[in-house]
Amino acid sequence: MAYRMHLMVCAGTGCVSNRSLEVRDALQKELLKRGLEDEIQVVTTGCNGFCGVGPLMVVHPDGIFYQQLTPKEIPLLVEEHFLKGRPVPRLMYTPPEAPTPLPKMSDIPFFSRQRLVALRNRGLIDPEKIEEYIARDGYTAFAKALTQMTPEGIIAEVKRAGLRGRGGAGFITGVKWEKVRNARGEPKYIICNGDEGDPGAFMDRSIFESDPHSVIEGMLIGARAMGASHGVVYIRNEYPLAVQRILIAIDQAREYGLLGENILDSGMDFDLSVTRGAGAFVCGEETALIASVEGRLGDPRARPPYPAEYGLWGKPTCINNVETWANVSPIITQGAEWYREIGTETSKGTKVFSLVGKINNTGLVEVPMGITLRELIYDIGGGIPDGKKFKAVQTGGPSGGCIPAGMMDQPIVYETRAEKRTVSEALDLPIDYESLTEVGSMMGSGGMVVMDEDTCMVDVARYFLAFTQDESCGACTPCREGTMLMLNILTKITNGHGTMDDLRALEEIAWIVKQTSLCGLGKTAPNPVLTTLRYFRDEYLAHIEAHKCPAHVCRELNTYTIDPVVCVERGHGCGVCKRECPEKAIFGEKKQPHRIDPALCRKCGVCVDVCHFDAVIVD
Amino acid sequence: MPKLKLEDLARIRDEARRATLLREGAGRVKVIVHMGTCGIAAGGRKVMEAVLREVEERNLRDVMVTIAGCAGLCSREPMATVEVLGEAPVKYVELTEGKVKEIFSEHVVGGKIAEQYALAVGSERTH
Repeated sequence: MAYRMHLMVCAGTGCVSNRSLEVRDALQKELLKRGLEDEIQVVTTGCNGFCGVGPLMVVHPDGIFYQQLTPKEIPLLVEEHFLKGRPVPRLMYTPPEAPTPLPKMSDIPFFSRQRLVALRNRGLIDPEKIEEYIARDGYTAFAKALTQMTPEGIIAEVKRAGLRGRGGAGFITGVKWEKVRNARGEPKYIICNGDEGDPGAFMDRSIFESDPHSVIEGMLIGARAMGASHGVVYIRNEYPLAVQRILIAIDQAREYGLLGENILDSGMDFDLSVTRGAGAFVCGEETALIASVEGRLGDPRARPPYPAEYGLWGKPTCINNVETWANVSPIITQGAEWYREIGTETSKGTKVFSLVGKINNTGLVEVPMGITLRELIYDIGGGIPDGKKFKAVQTGGPSGGCIPAGMMDQPIVYETRAEKRTVSEALDLPIDYESLTEVGSMMGSGGMVVMDEDTCMVDVARYFLAFTQDESCGACTPCREGTMLMLNILTKITNGHGTMDDLRALEEIAWIVKQTSLCGLGKTAPNPVLTTLRYFRDEYLAHIEAHKCPAHVCRELNTYTIDPVVCVERGHGCGVCKRECPEKAIFGEKKQPHRIDPALCRKCGVCVDVCHFDAVIVD
Repeated sequence: MPKLKLEDLARIRDEARRATLLREGAGRVKVIVHMGTCGIAAGGRKVMEAVLREVEERNLRDVMVTIAGCAGLCSREPMATVEVLGEAPVKYVELTEGKVKEIFSEHVVGGKIAEQYALAVGSERTH
């Protein structure tokens, strides 16, 4: 008997950590109990994208979306929806401010405004079954590339499509492929950069977890185009589920003869190996990555020569990001002209972003280039929680920078150098490789951390510098010494001891590190500093001159006082704060207004946390 | 698993597609079996099984089978609605296994409404 219903249970890392596999087990148990196990299939998929509301499930063919599931609700769900045909509104998604839930996934703005290319199969297949990938036209692009196209033809198509490197630098992929094809040296290698070191970014992880074959197929096509005989998938070890799925996928592809010798009887030989990263952010940089694959320490080297000429084992090597590889098959199947219709003039195609931070709809989205930051954050992201004001979005991880509210209406696009615009407050900022670089942020690999009015921008800069300083490999002086110096100054400022001389030094050091570092890590480490200085200089000045943190994040600069009226009239002098204060800095009798002795106050903030009446004023 | 040839790829795709087509929500025909309490009491589960068997035996790849609650006419259960893409839905009443077979031959596959078992064409107004 054929299945009449498929339950797509999300088993990406986010949902799995939220125990979605227990939900799956509960489903299977209940279906068995009701005798429905031959009619209803339970499928575990990779990341669905709406991570903020997991564990989640999509019911097909109805397309109904269920969220925040626990094993407890499963018996009711099975009886009501799967047996009696009555979907359960209580378990559906209700947008903020909306009166009723939206049953269908296609009606939910978070999903409906996305355009899936790299993530075309997400949530629709079991990533551990190659047959399901094939069912959705998997490997037909490769078959076409192998039997109906020449290597030069493939490169021309990818070039014409305008695909640009999704790892952050945005180099034109077809041009890189051409360089590798034309380079002298055998054998040639291709590498998939799955290191994804940026905090807050999980685009590549999701691709590995939901659709690992999309990467394998992209690499097969690239291998044919460039004449490569071996490929390496470099994936960070901190992604156990992703590692597991890519290994299974490679095994299955090999069993089917899609990897190995004489693929599809064509005479083409190609195989893939997996190298796991050992925990260094710098190994996302291509030359450091190559060193790591070779078993050496992950130290970057100067370029030129670029890996296209001299790469892995000294041979011509093409390194591309995971998302770049995942975009190749649709371009081959549907053609460059189709791809060119998505996006804008200089930025073709789509981009996957991880929307995290102070945002209602946390998750993973894929949108056409040209969408504005505002649409991304409000229409898809659902806006800022708790009615707080949007302050800035940090794009590109620690290599990126902050973009303030005034720039929100610019479309995310690429611009040619000749069309550089001047940036002013009321402009629409295209999320475009060029204009973002001009604004001072690299688009980066796609991490988007949203910040609200309660975020201190100086503290954000300090946070990212702490990261890059720790990850600096130490090979070159500007980065090794410079990140430490910048971090020290930022720490001093957040502690209330910064001076104007410190600020001047900070800016100067930032520019020097940016211009003289050996590799991308050092060159971009100062970006958070430079962009926050550019757009939030007033916050730095408040810290230094007024000794205040406007967002009240930097505790040393806060003063804590108790409002005597609130304390007595609402709290009746309850004395809880006095009891909890670790420094015994609070004085007062029961039913009398309490007060904090500033000399003893350690500014720990415990009194704020324990007061039920909001009587403590933080300034 | 033997090494694939080009033809094998297409064959696997077609076979696997049958199973996963359901997820894309597309299909030429949708058969809705009514499974409210009245439907289940009247033997709706057997009708459901018969429908699924028909889909399986006839190797139909463009037919979606789904369920709904009570349609409102409890006395004529078991009921099923057949919706062909682009046409008005047809409600069939007092179903048995044999009638399901005929409905599949005549309507689902043949394209002609099996009038002897149909109650009505179209749906009631909801506003």
